[in-house]
Amino acid sequence: MEKFISHTGTGLPLRRSNVDTDQIIPAVYLKRVTKSGFEDGLFGAWRTDPEFVLNQPQFKSATILVAGMDFGTGSSREHAVWALQNYGFKAVISSRFADIFRGNSQKAGLLTVVLPQENVESIWRAIESDPTVPITVDLEAKTVSVDSLLFAFEIDDYTRWRLMAGLDDIGLTLNHIDEVVEFESKRASYKPKTLPARR
Amino acid sequence: MGKTLAEKLWADHVVRSVTGEPELIYIDLHLIHEVTSAQAFDGLRLSNRKVRRPDLTIATEDHNTPTLNIDQPIADPISRLQVDTLRANCKEFGVRLHSLGDAEQGIVHVVGPQLGLTQPGMTIVCGDSHTSTHGAFGSLAFGIGTSEVEHVLATQTLPLIRPKTMAININGTLPDGVSAKDIILTIIAKIGTGGGQGFIIEYRGTTIESLSMEGRMTICNMSIEAGARAGLIAPDQKTFDYLQSKPHAPVGKDWDEARTYWETLVSDDDAQFDEEVYIQAEDLSPFVTWGTNPAQGAPLNSRVPVPAEISDAQERSAAEHSLIYMGLEPGVPLKSIKIDTVFLGSCTNGRIEDLRSAAEVLRDQRISSNLRMLVVPGSARVKLQAESEGLDQIFISAGAEWRSAGCSMCLGMNPDQLTVGERSASTSNRNFEGRQGKGGRTHLVSPVVAAATAIRGTLSSPADLLDFQREEN
Repeated sequence: MEKFISHTGTGLPLRRSNVDTDQIIPAVYLKRVTKSGFEDGLFGAWRTDPEFVLNQPQFKSATILVAGMDFGTGSSREHAVWALQNYGFKAVISSRFADIFRGNSQKAGLLTVVLPQENVESIWRAIESDPTVPITVDLEAKTVSVDSLLFAFEIDDYTRWRLMAGLDDIGLTLNHIDEVVEFESKRASYKPKTLPARR
Repeated sequence: MGKTLAEKLWADHVVRSVTGEPELIYIDLHLIHEVTSAQAFDGLRLSNRKVRRPDLTIATEDHNTPTLNIDQPIADPISRLQVDTLRANCKEFGVRLHSLGDAEQGIVHVVGPQLGLTQPGMTIVCGDSHTSTHGAFGSLAFGIGTSEVEHVLATQTLPLIRPKTMAININGTLPDGVSAKDIILTIIAKIGTGGGQGFIIEYRGTTIESLSMEGRMTICNMSIEAGARAGLIAPDQKTFDYLQSKPHAPVGKDWDEARTYWETLVSDDDAQFDEEVYIQAEDLSPFVTWGTNPAQGAPLNSRVPVPAEISDAQERSAAEHSLIYMGLEPGVPLKSIKIDTVFLGSCTNGRIEDLRSAAEVLRDQRISSNLRMLVVPGSARVKLQAESEGLDQIFISAGAEWRSAGCSMCLGMNPDQLTVGERSASTSNRNFEGRQGKGGRTHLVSPVVAAATAIRGTLSSPADLLDFQREEN
């Protein structure tokens, strides 16, 4: 996983709430068996509309998505995170994220930043008045800065450390595998097993 | 202070707990399907890792599988590749798989319970957000992403931060024609798509106790539509009776021990929930959605909302968007909305009881000549059961299509899709834009509303059929 310490780029103002993962990457694009190549499907249905914000040339190279409340609801598909990353997004800002989407992002190294809705609105206005305005998302300082605006955000220390170090969760858990073995040795015998099949 | 059921389940699965880190939680059962697993198996291969506990892992094919001609190779080459990839991965890593054509194949959340692999007191995960279904048995069950699938395959654990707890208390007697689906759609409209975010929901109260296991699964299934990763219900005699005859239920001394443990799985009387919601069953009525997120719903007897009358700016703008997409005029009666396709099925409402209740409405009736109806059992075993009860004949004589098991039109990854502008009444769980096919318009409904709608041609409840028959005569 790529380290995330700080990123500066331009923003995409997505003025919609409840952007579900079916919109981020429609189901027809989920049939790939790789983690790459999903950028074509990003916001697949909405992109057929020439007016859609991602189709506007001034926002084409945005790397920070600024979305309405309840971003990433619905299906658990991590393909939504891959599609955003494949397209080039490094961070998403919203006033509330769906749990599974946020978890998936943090595993894959896409930073999700929670800011109050009024801050999101301020950032939208800043981007809309100047699409080239640089936005800096600084994970080390836990701040988002847009021009003269500076907003602080919260993230738990562990996730922040892991993202900044670019560490793979599985490797971290395997360091404690002896504790897993110990737990398993005390597990109740009546708990079911899938093997051997009984039918 | 006592503990909630969710807290007990959590505490029983903590492998490692260190201040300032997520807790490491043991996973008792890992369910797998073709869409969210390929990249996880790939990750294992790249790191030279094995599946740590194939004996706690089970796979089935559901999202891509066709519901017609299932004895032939899957026609869509990309769907076929995904299913073939699952087959190859399960073979390579020693994971039990129920493939298309097998009696235990079907939607992963129907298969787990019917095999008796879903039991009280377990932690259950799957790369699918509707894993919350299994919470109906008093287990802690939630959907995960592909990185987490890989994590569970490699370690049989997940690092997690404990969610808060919410109690949704539903008491009283349900009016006629009101089912579990109406309860959960009402809850979602009440608390919103983000209302359960960060919580494990426990559904409690006399109304919940009165529901069958199938009804309880319908409720827990849609917890995610209210933003909660997990929903659960304390196990009781109904849970134990449901389990007793299932292939993987414990037997003999194991059953007795398990039963003793299961009986402890209730929230203590003095347990404190972080949030509580109260609903009175007598206030409920058949409930349907009119918009493009599951919280945009209303009683079937009411009208499409008028956005100008919505005070909250975000909600108003969302409603305006939704009505344009749905092609609906503000203020029209919901019952006047004409439907093109009725879909009965999915992990929400594709179990035997759902088929029985819809068949009861359709017995000796014909569906409207202006629409098509697809009936898709949740699993091959549900299909066999329904056929042994003659339900297939009721659906077929009514003019509906009797299909094979899978996720089907719930999300249209297989050929069962809506076309642009086509409007469905669907017993599934999501009315998102394009969910059932690009440009398709979805109204979420209960199985009996689906059946009554199929007969009348507009959104309807069984009670409306009496008037309808009078009109016809």
